[in-house]
Amino acid sequence: MDFSSFNAALLIASLMVAATPVLLAAIGELVVERAGVLNLGVEGMMITGAICGFAVAVNTGSPMLGFVGAAAGSLVLSLLFALLTQLALANQVASGLSLTLFGLGLSSLIGQSYGGQKPPRAYRLDIPGISDIPFFGRAFLQHDMMVYVSLALVAGVWALLKYTRAGLILRAVGENHDAAHALGYKVITIRILAIAFGGACAGLGGAYLSLVRVPQWTDGMTAGAGWIALAIVVFASWKPWRALIGAYLFGGITVLQLNFQAAGVAVPVQLLSMSPYVITILVLVVISARSSGAGAAPASLGRLFHAGR
Amino acid sequence: MTQTLLKIDSLTKAYPGVVANSEVSFEIGEGEVHALLGENGAGKSTLVKMIYGLVKPDSGTMTLRGAPYAPPEPRAARGDGIAMVFQHFSLFDALNVAENIALGMENPPPMRDLAKRITQVSEAYGLPLDPSRIVGDLSAGERQRVEIIRCLLQDPKLLIMDEPTSVLTPQEVDILFQTLQKLSAEGTAILYISHKLEEIRTLCDRATILRLGKVVGACIPRDSTAREMAEMMVGGTLQIPTRERAELGEVALEIANLSAKSPSEFGTSLKDVSIRVRAGEVLGVGGVAGNGQDELLGVLSGEILSSPGAVRLKGKPVGKLGPTARRKLGLLTAPEERLGHAAAPDMSLTENALLTGSVREGLVSNGFLSWSKTRTFAEAIIKAFDVRTPGTENAARSLSGGNLQKFVIGREVLQRPEVLVVNQPTWGVDAAAAASIRQALLDLAQKGAAIICISQDLDELMEISDNFAALTEGRLSPPRSTQGLTVDQIGMMLGGAHGMEVAHDDAEKVLA
Amino acid sequence: MIKLEKRRQPSQAWSYATPVLAVLATMFFGGLLFAFLGESPFAAIKTIFWDPLFSEFSFYYRPQLMVKAAPLVLIAVGLSLGFKAGIWNIGAEGQYILGAICGAAVGLALYPLDAWYVFPLMVIAGALGGMLWALIPALLKVRFGTNEILVSLMLVYVAEQLLASMALGPLRNPEGYGFPGSRNLDEYPSATSWILEDAGIHWGTVAALLAVVFAFVLLTRHMTGFHIRLTGDAPRAARFAGVNPGRLTVFSLGLSGLFAGLAGLFEVAGPAGQITIDFNSGYGFTAIIVAFLGRLNPIGILLAGFLLALTYIGGEIAQNQLGLPAAAIQVFQGMLLFFLLAFDLLTNYRIRLTLRETA
Repeated sequence: MDFSSFNAALLIASLMVAATPVLLAAIGELVVERAGVLNLGVEGMMITGAICGFAVAVNTGSPMLGFVGAAAGSLVLSLLFALLTQLALANQVASGLSLTLFGLGLSSLIGQSYGGQKPPRAYRLDIPGISDIPFFGRAFLQHDMMVYVSLALVAGVWALLKYTRAGLILRAVGENHDAAHALGYKVITIRILAIAFGGACAGLGGAYLSLVRVPQWTDGMTAGAGWIALAIVVFASWKPWRALIGAYLFGGITVLQLNFQAAGVAVPVQLLSMSPYVITILVLVVISARSSGAGAAPASLGRLFHAGR
Repeated sequence: MTQTLLKIDSLTKAYPGVVANSEVSFEIGEGEVHALLGENGAGKSTLVKMIYGLVKPDSGTMTLRGAPYAPPEPRAARGDGIAMVFQHFSLFDALNVAENIALGMENPPPMRDLAKRITQVSEAYGLPLDPSRIVGDLSAGERQRVEIIRCLLQDPKLLIMDEPTSVLTPQEVDILFQTLQKLSAEGTAILYISHKLEEIRTLCDRATILRLGKVVGACIPRDSTAREMAEMMVGGTLQIPTRERAELGEVALEIANLSAKSPSEFGTSLKDVSIRVRAGEVLGVGGVAGNGQDELLGVLSGEILSSPGAVRLKGKPVGKLGPTARRKLGLLTAPEERLGHAAAPDMSLTENALLTGSVREGLVSNGFLSWSKTRTFAEAIIKAFDVRTPGTENAARSLSGGNLQKFVIGREVLQRPEVLVVNQPTWGVDAAAAASIRQALLDLAQKGAAIICISQDLDELMEISDNFAALTEGRLSPPRSTQGLTVDQIGMMLGGAHGMEVAHDDAEKVLA
Repeated sequence: MIKLEKRRQPSQAWSYATPVLAVLATMFFGGLLFAFLGESPFAAIKTIFWDPLFSEFSFYYRPQLMVKAAPLVLIAVGLSLGFKAGIWNIGAEGQYILGAICGAAVGLALYPLDAWYVFPLMVIAGALGGMLWALIPALLKVRFGTNEILVSLMLVYVAEQLLASMALGPLRNPEGYGFPGSRNLDEYPSATSWILEDAGIHWGTVAALLAVVFAFVLLTRHMTGFHIRLTGDAPRAARFAGVNPGRLTVFSLGLSGLFAGLAGLFEVAGPAGQITIDFNSGYGFTAIIVAFLGRLNPIGILLAGFLLALTYIGGEIAQNQLGLPAAAIQVFQGMLLFFLLAFDLLTNYRIRLTLRETA
């Protein structure tokens, strides 16, 4: 066994990188669920974002444009979900699943010609003097921009939900869509906007995988990250900062098990590889046992809304 | 009469299969308290939804202070000084009072200022309310205060109130009326929707009466008798249920010191409830909805389990038994919520007959269903209770409220219960259907069944019950004989005014 | 202005018509997609939907159709029972893997014993394996209120890792020169699930048909089926009727896991022949499409299973003959579910076009 490669600063840095894709997707889904919509298509939107971002970045040479393309691609896909659930009033669980199945196929179709290519390198933060601060600089200040964007998004969503009228209306729609409608709020429009935001965030998360974390395109490369993002929203009890904790916890586990694998710990590789999923299940159990059911969940989550009469 | 505030001219609105409003016209004067009177299904709700901008009329016009008025959405209506206190569906349980109020305002002040305003107004109008409390934890009466204050803060010209007293005790009603009269004196017009005639006679200056979507009359309530108004509203003479009091038999059902936690997050837990009902007795349980009615029905139906001895049916402990086992022994129930609880909306009437009838009607053997027997049972219910429907294969949700309620009650009554528990048996049901449901309950009691009728309609309870008990905040008062019981006494049993006070004289300064 | 009006009751006619409409729309937009990929849409659609059934090589494709349809139908029937009650098992893929692992393990442990009871024992092991894997989310949901969607799905990834470790470890063929993968059960007559290999019929085919009949009787004639439908329509009314939601969760998840496990076992003991790292091929997920396309109705699922099998086989032909990418078929299948959900609107709502915004 060889633990010499363990370096705390590097570990923290790679933890943040590992957590960023799920964090981005989770914060988007959190907004969607706060508006009362359950979009199970996160996995499909993430992988679509991964390939859209990759393709745009490779073709333009600009990772920045890649991220924009990823957000746009997944946003379009999420609008399909919005069309199904908000306008055609389809079941949200089924629609989300169909989004995931469709996204997996679509990404693999687009991605055929991109296997084995290298994307352009993403811009990294490098403030002379500061980014070189021992330990602290290496751990926190040498990341690419998206890591900071994801943190800003968490703060932004938190402030939006807590302090603004828009956030209050969003929460109201998620709590009781009939009451919100009776007061004259446009439930469907608000939900479509939330779904689109969730789609864009999931796309950014996916692109982060293909452009920064891996960085490469392979079929099915999200490997359940979208589902983990969904689990993190539950873990977070629909609160933004707790989603950050959840994502970083997950990032930590992923990085640790990878390091264990690299260090050749005497545990079967498969056991280590399954550990993030098993731990996610355990965390879900603990959370749901404690809150005894759907305590903190928005009351209208997943329910069909039709203005009718 | 004063100047006209709102003029409504031949408003018409049709839904598939039903014309909700047909050529409705009337006027509301400035500062007037105007009653809109009608049975359930007469089209009152659709009409006010059009005034509030929630529904667009198919044809017809409205004029507000001489100017054309056609609000595209509630926001516009609020901007024009129209405010509405809803009967249901307009509060957010998980948000606090201040947030709820902010959501109903066009340009709410910052939260801290708003909280201060809420406290001021609530004190001035004798409607105590803490802005930081979560609405889901409030009682029904307090929830209504939230809505009223939300309206008052906008300084409305016209305040619409949809059946506001159904959630209040008699004492609270008195105070509400004083508040409304005060508002009216200050120049706010009030459109008051109700089917309770005595209330309208006390409070309102004028009344417009709707039947089947049409205006069928107008009157000055103070100068009319309740009977005249009732006949205009119903379009015929009312049949009052009759009964012959039977001798009471053995104790059929007994609950002893039962406490039970509510299964829903914002529900009311039952605290130390005791009940005894004899064969042939009708026990009325009064109280404002949300005080433990659903939970009481739940512990009786078997949806909420308790210790075995806490509920006894003819001396036999049944507290641990589920719904099916209790039905087998003769304890039947009919919950308040028709669609989704008592009946499955998308299933046919045959399937809904099976829902509770499987055991007692022998519709199942070895787990296999007999659809032909079930259909016969459904047909029997439809026939015996005059349920208006094309047939047994129609979905429950295709029935009107009154017809579905007749089906749900009929389904239990036809199963010859030993004990029948009903929750709000005539809620949202037209007068004719309500009368036939009450009659069915009385007939059943006369045949020796024990009946518990949970209702917030005190008139109904006085009409059919032998004894009356009040359910408030999950506690049940000792029962009293209904003979000679006065409204005041009932009000006190229901907990009186719950801290409400008469509006202060300087109240209007607070709003100004 | 388009307006939706809720029908007083769901339209029977539309509920039959929507799957057909969805298939037609998918053909149309799928054709556009193929055209975009540089193929003739008509040729591609014909290759996918016609050739496997009626071309001169159809004698070769038809048995394959049977082989693909059996697991899809078997899994989808199980899933549909839960879906009807609002219990979402989306981890059938994992249960399928576990069924295969457990069933194959029994067979491999008994090798080369020649006895009539080898295969039945494998069937029992496969069924138990799938069922127990599905009972994990069921019991966690009943006991702790954990979301079964997420747990059953996470368990797919766990099962895939388990599969890899089995193929590389305990179940590896001792005579396989160190290559990953188990001994081939094709060469073990007592353990094979084939009945008529030339016709593509194995015990999984029989099981799928039995499952269809079982589910049909359960849903239309039995109290449990009534309770399943009741729970899906109105959970509160179901509790009022005396349904124990926990028991129903365990029943429907357990049963769907059992069916998925069986599908895995029959596959590994027949068409696949051995446990390999990439043994699973997505049947567990495609079965979700099959279940919805069949409108959660057993007979519908039977038809939908064959349709999806057709797209698999037709897709392979198109891949070989036209060079159509495999992923295009995946998109095609996803599209099908999309259109179905969208057209479903017509079953419950009536669409009205109004020319003017009424004032």
